[in-house]
Amino acid sequence: MLYKNSQLTAEGKLKHFLSIEGLKRDLLVDILDTAENFTALAHKGRPVKKVPLLRGKTVTNLFFENSTRTRTTFELAAKRLSADVLNLNISTSATTKGESLLDTLRNLEAMHCDMFVVRHASSGAARFIAEHCEEHISVMNAGDGAHAHPTQAMLDMLTIRQHKGDFTPLRVAIVGDILHSRVARSQILALNTLGVTEVRVIAPRTLLPFDPRSLGVHVYHDLIEGITDVDVIIMLRLQKERMAGAFLPSEHEYFRLYGLTENKLKHAKKDVIVMHPGPINRGVEIDSAVADGPHSVILQQVSNGIAVRMAIMSMCLGGQDSREESA
Amino acid sequence: MTPTVFMQQPAILDLISGMAEQLQSIIRERQLINPVMIGIHTGGVWVADHLHKKLGLADELGTLNISFYRDDFSRIGLNPRVKPSNIPFDIEDRPVILVDDVLQTGRTIRAAMNEIFDFGRPSAIILAVLVNKTGRELPVQADVTGMTPTLKPNDYLFLRGPEPLEMQLGQKTASSGNND
Repeated sequence: MLYKNSQLTAEGKLKHFLSIEGLKRDLLVDILDTAENFTALAHKGRPVKKVPLLRGKTVTNLFFENSTRTRTTFELAAKRLSADVLNLNISTSATTKGESLLDTLRNLEAMHCDMFVVRHASSGAARFIAEHCEEHISVMNAGDGAHAHPTQAMLDMLTIRQHKGDFTPLRVAIVGDILHSRVARSQILALNTLGVTEVRVIAPRTLLPFDPRSLGVHVYHDLIEGITDVDVIIMLRLQKERMAGAFLPSEHEYFRLYGLTENKLKHAKKDVIVMHPGPINRGVEIDSAVADGPHSVILQQVSNGIAVRMAIMSMCLGGQDSREESA
Repeated sequence: MTPTVFMQQPAILDLISGMAEQLQSIIRERQLINPVMIGIHTGGVWVADHLHKKLGLADELGTLNISFYRDDFSRIGLNPRVKPSNIPFDIEDRPVILVDDVLQTGRTIRAAMNEIFDFGRPSAIILAVLVNKTGRELPVQADVTGMTPTLKPNDYLFLRGPEPLEMQLGQKTASSGNND
């Protein structure tokens, strides 16, 4: 099927960042390389952590769904690129007064914004906005429903690469609520695009989508069996707020079966890294001893979140004008 | 037209030796104490590597990737392959010798100086370039120059390296950039 990727310009450069789907390995590697350059800005000995790349640009965080960490890292990323940042918490704002989404967009366009960072409870919301906003605006998906959270996936890829170097020999296990997880979906796409040996998902049947194998993963229902000999374990948060029905008997039962403890971790490779997109539920999906232990890279993921978002923002907003290069 | 070889390693190293002598006399005359050296990626770092050895400076060579400070970012975007800046010393109140391969418009040097000031306030910046070309668009001049060639308006010189160093001459077309 011929698939026109609406995230890319005619030259194949990033215009929007909506999903990992349809992006080639080279582009993902470009994002990781650029992000790696941005991580150097946070090194000590560099008193000014800002660069002037996006000076004069305005980035608007459009959050229709609450999130502290993601919004904060997007905000910091934009500010470290010297952009001006507008934070709009839509759930408590105009829409409750009856304004339609498109009217909200038209108003923001009239304020001359250059980028929308969108988080929404409905799958496809970021793409909808990208398709309906003015041409000069770039849209980044900061999480849409159960569909995608591509910047989270890329910061996870950066963290994995910093520890493991090459993706190709890796076995990666994603543990927990795959059904409700946009993070897992984006991670699986990114890992497979970057060519890992194997992606495993480990979850009770009630927390798996209808046909998990179609995602390109191996399915396990037993945690110990699933993490045996893996290089990377990604724990997912048990998303209580998304659980309308009865998916689990109890949190205690879930921890007994799927909670990651030091004892269970011994079945993975000796140099396994343990990741979690946060916020973590200690004692539900992960034991504190593991979350704070030597295999955990959870806080490094947070730092990398800023660098990855800086990279993608500057790739979306830079190099779009194809006029002749001057020196 | 494909680029032609303009100068090979031995001649380039002679130029760099001459630059080192000029730098030494500047350091003496201006009584610069404990200078540090910073090369601009990519060609400037190659030149700086040789200069740094010849001057025998105490601190490790620093490197700058000015991509994040360029004024043409909105047109050409970022190059993900260039290595990040690495300034392994404190530049506060110290003389900095800034090294690049080709000086033309002066825009790279402006960007480099902006970045240097985000690391601290140097006591002075001395600019050393291997090739000093015409075509300045900003009021920037080199303190130390390897050579000042006479070129046609559309000619451009660029350095290949790091081993061996080779200077090539090409003709600018609408689609090609250049290294200033």
